[in-house]
Amino acid sequence: MINRMGMQKAGFVLLGATTLVVVIPILLVIGYIIYEGMEALSWQFIRAAPFDGMKQGGIFPAIVGTLLLTLGTALVAIPIGVGGTVYLAEYARDTWLTRCIRLAIINLAGIPSIVYGLFGLGMFVLFLKMGTSIMAGALTLAIMTLPVIISTAEEALRAVPTEFRTVSASLGGTRWQGIRYIILPQALPGIITGIILGLLRAAGETAPILFTVAAFFLPHLPQSPFDQTMALPYHLYVISTQVPGMPDSIKYGTALVLLALVLSMNIAASIIRSYFRRRRQW
Amino acid sequence: MVDGKIVIDDVSYAYGGDWILRNVTLHVPPNAVTVFFGPAGGGKTTLLRLINRLNDLVEDTEMSGRILLDGKDIYDRRVNVPNLRRRVGMVFALPLPIPGTIRENVLYGPKLAGMNNPDQLGDILERSLMQAALWDEVKDRLDSPATALSGGQQQRLCIARSLSLEPEVLLLDEPTSGLDPISTRKVEESLYELKQNYTIILVPHSVQQAARVADYAAFFLMGELVEYRPGVDIFVAPRDKRTEDYVTGRFG
Repeated sequence: MINRMGMQKAGFVLLGATTLVVVIPILLVIGYIIYEGMEALSWQFIRAAPFDGMKQGGIFPAIVGTLLLTLGTALVAIPIGVGGTVYLAEYARDTWLTRCIRLAIINLAGIPSIVYGLFGLGMFVLFLKMGTSIMAGALTLAIMTLPVIISTAEEALRAVPTEFRTVSASLGGTRWQGIRYIILPQALPGIITGIILGLLRAAGETAPILFTVAAFFLPHLPQSPFDQTMALPYHLYVISTQVPGMPDSIKYGTALVLLALVLSMNIAASIIRSYFRRRRQW
Repeated sequence: MVDGKIVIDDVSYAYGGDWILRNVTLHVPPNAVTVFFGPAGGGKTTLLRLINRLNDLVEDTEMSGRILLDGKDIYDRRVNVPNLRRRVGMVFALPLPIPGTIRENVLYGPKLAGMNNPDQLGDILERSLMQAALWDEVKDRLDSPATALSGGQQQRLCIARSLSLEPEVLLLDEPTSGLDPISTRKVEESLYELKQNYTIILVPHSVQQAARVADYAAFFLMGELVEYRPGVDIFVAPRDKRTEDYVTGRFG
């Protein structure tokens, strides 16, 4: 008995330790960036454009650029992703074609982001003649985001018990009415999670925007979807590696802003998700 | 019993290559309770789901024969399936309220059918819940979540939900299997009221229940219709040896 209890305790300690191992590096990263970046942070830093070889001023164009890119990605990826998922999970029969599509989606999720960047350059920038533009960058990011959205959302739709579909049909509902009024509302928290995960990844990526949209230095805001723009992850890459003599505080300040942006999106998402989840009753 | 409300004409049905129903022919009379009874795996539920075409949702199936509702083949290509299901309502073994309030549950079907007059919907709500013997228990909390109801109340809510569409036929698949005796009695009593206006087919959860409620009874064994006669006879003086063995409890 003592032995079994001992094992139990040891197990708890071990599992607790693994949790710590997961959490500590995250806290360290956040803590370190806050510590190093706070100094640079000011209203001026957020609201002003950079000047003097980016060693002075702020990062406003990059912040706006990242927000615009994320918005553009969302506009493209959400309707296509959710629509495609509803078709795959609710309508498509199990044939070799749908199996191929699923396999393709799983594989797309594993492709390195630089490959998406090259694809975007070839497809949108050159072939479709969009040039390096927000349009081309958002489309590239959307394609990268789709597999994440689709696989999480499909999971969420499949988690809704089949019986709801049967009940809806038995009450004279068409397949679409069942999806619209029961299945989608029930799967919404899961779908939103997928969307957020995908968009967060898009917001923080450097490689896909490298050739498709990101400007090295562009101290004014884009005027149309076909303009280039600065973006936070790429700006961070540039000032960390391409500009000699860049003060550390600016680098960490930029990292801090990117981190805050992504984290606040994440928190907003969790709030939305738990709001919808509270309304679920099974 | 030549022209029933529902005529099942030489129906066979297979799922994944296995025959679940074999050459079943029977006529279901209007304004009566017809029970399909027998041991599990007899094809009762499957036959029930064929009558409102719920089996359309299942893949890899094969069917032959015809099912007529008021003399019309319900598997005809021109049949509007959602409309058919409004005429042939169904209550399932496990009560499954739609996520939402009591009111939303009862009015789900009528709203999908395009009804949106508030007075009319209010009437439907009250009538359906009364018919299902639930009105008095819930009339003061129509907008509270349906899942807050007890199991017995949930099942009566599901009955009310089906009745909201004023179907001509009501299919009940072991509606009392999860209920306590008191709730079961309430459901059975409401059946007695309902059959004045509806054609009811019930898969009972026991032979005793079959005997209690049946006006007509059909005994199914391994996908075959063994015997079909007016209710009391089949339990008192079964003709087929297999029916007798089952009714007297020699197997089951």
